[in-house]
Amino acid sequence: MTDVAFWQGNQALAQGALAAGCSFFAGYPITPSTDVMEEMAKELPLRGGKFIQMEDEIASMAATIGGSIAGRKSMTASSGPGISLKQENLGLAYMAEIPLVLVNVMRGGPSTGVPTKISQMDVMQARWGTHGDHGTIAYSPSSVQECFDIAIKAFNAAERYRQPVLILSDEVLGHMREKVVIPPAGSYEIVERKRPCTDKAKFIPYLADPEDDIPAMASFGDGYRWHVTGLTHNDFGFPSAKEDEVEKNIKRLVRKINRFRDDIVEYETLAIDDAEIVVLSFGTVARSSIRAVNEARRRGIKVGHFRPVTLWPFPDKEIYQIAKKSKIIIVPELNCGQMVLEVERAVHGKTKVIGKSLVNGELFTPDEIFKSIQEVA
Amino acid sequence: MPNPEVLKWLRTQFFPHMWCPGCGHGVILHAMLRAFVDLDMKPEETVIASGIGCSSRMPGYINACTVHSTHGRSLAYATGIKMARPELTVVDVMGDGDCSAIGGNHFIHACRRNIDITAIVMNNNIYGMTGGQASPTTPHGAIATTAPYGVIDSSFDLCRLAEGAGATFIARSTIANPKQCEKLIVDGIKHKGFSVIEIISSCHTQFGRRNKFRTPIDNLNRIKDASVPFAKAQGMSKEELAGKYVTGEFVNIQSPEYTEQYSRLVDRLKGGSR
Repeated sequence: MTDVAFWQGNQALAQGALAAGCSFFAGYPITPSTDVMEEMAKELPLRGGKFIQMEDEIASMAATIGGSIAGRKSMTASSGPGISLKQENLGLAYMAEIPLVLVNVMRGGPSTGVPTKISQMDVMQARWGTHGDHGTIAYSPSSVQECFDIAIKAFNAAERYRQPVLILSDEVLGHMREKVVIPPAGSYEIVERKRPCTDKAKFIPYLADPEDDIPAMASFGDGYRWHVTGLTHNDFGFPSAKEDEVEKNIKRLVRKINRFRDDIVEYETLAIDDAEIVVLSFGTVARSSIRAVNEARRRGIKVGHFRPVTLWPFPDKEIYQIAKKSKIIIVPELNCGQMVLEVERAVHGKTKVIGKSLVNGELFTPDEIFKSIQEVA
Repeated sequence: MPNPEVLKWLRTQFFPHMWCPGCGHGVILHAMLRAFVDLDMKPEETVIASGIGCSSRMPGYINACTVHSTHGRSLAYATGIKMARPELTVVDVMGDGDCSAIGGNHFIHACRRNIDITAIVMNNNIYGMTGGQASPTTPHGAIATTAPYGVIDSSFDLCRLAEGAGATFIARSTIANPKQCEKLIVDGIKHKGFSVIEIISSCHTQFGRRNKFRTPIDNLNRIKDASVPFAKAQGMSKEELAGKYVTGEFVNIQSPEYTEQYSRLVDRLKGGSR
């Protein structure tokens, strides 16, 4: 039977994770993400899962990786400075290809910023926050229902592509209550990481299948012996500084996401077919944008909306197609212009792109976005 | 040559190892593997975690479930693994900088939690891998590349730090006493709770060279001369113990272990009580 709940976004993220099979959470309190951790503290012990409050954000990220190495679907959540602190070990998870989900309930920055208010300032950090090259998968929900659904998707992507997956929520969405329809267990896809089926003595931990560039992952305690390292490594998982092995390692980390880009990318459009003006926004901002677009349509303005659901990989090909048909793209975002750079890159000069920035800790009102539409109509 | 039982634990294809000839860490690796053999441990059920530094390259040579993590963070990785799968034996190997500088916070909290992990701290009083910078255990007055005129900081007593933070098994030995190292590692692994075994190691290349102990033997003699068994130390004054390495088992107490407490919590909830 389908169940209905009235949840906050942060609660829905935790519940979605549990629905995906998450059985390990390590965290550290920080506003505005703490409710994710509190929900996990309440739920995981009841289900026999593992919850641990660590000494800091760095340790939370490390313990989450440890939980995944030992075979559990693992998650951590944080915000602002906490996400900055997690970058070091997040890099190891990319390098060692450890599946996990990292929730970022965005608040204003830099530094302590505005802990209790909304921002979308972590778009580029999500892509390039840790040092070094790697593919990135980052989802951005814009409703409480989507928080639940995306938590499941994020775990599925983490398990399938064997790497960390980010969810970029925000303060408003995290604390907003909405109706959530909980699908019955078994009615949605659940992906489990590829397990090795070779003879234990012959297991080569980073020998990737040429079909998908993803190596099977054994858990500690399942009878396999292998080495996890943040150093560049060869197929055997052992450190290597040999030019060919280093290059093979890094290129595969990027390629394994690039080659599945079309499968991963998600977006939503509204009234886009004949749109001369396109509003392009994500997360909570998209809610204001959609209201504004509907209002403008009622007044006869040919305007549509494009919402990236995956911020990374960025839906650049899809935006290019829209750019060819439109006269202008307006990009409202709660930062000083981050996603707009990607949009400019995506349109290849085919249309005009204008950014609309707000960094005062408030959300755009539909009226503000409506005015921007009117100005260019 | 190690006995065949010990050799089975090694990834011998990576030998010779990357440590300098005469490095103290090899003595510790050997003592630890003998302890594993003594305890009849199974490599598939043994996790060795480490951070970054010369000491932290050790797991790479051990044919078990090994994690070469980030600088100072190994105990947090080990905690996640132990929490996720308490049935695994988890040993964490660290250097002095790894454990008490960048990893100091993780170290004290692992002690406080009393999670069943055995931490082996290889204290050679220096950052060796990066070329001889001062660590929190470099003795006052010693020369390091980042203290070319002598260290003015006070140094940590890692065992006292662990005791203050709540570790339930604490011991110290030195590379000059490999049999004692082996025994203390056996006892530490058998102990249910967080165990800290500090082993005084040596780095003639980066520490000794700048501090009048140029050869491995000079360092071994320095350590031997400075070693004082715990029982003997009881009758000595603070002044007499300055610069000495007190060795032996200092703390061995029974206290509720973290993963067992968690497991009891889960059982209690299953019974319907909160």
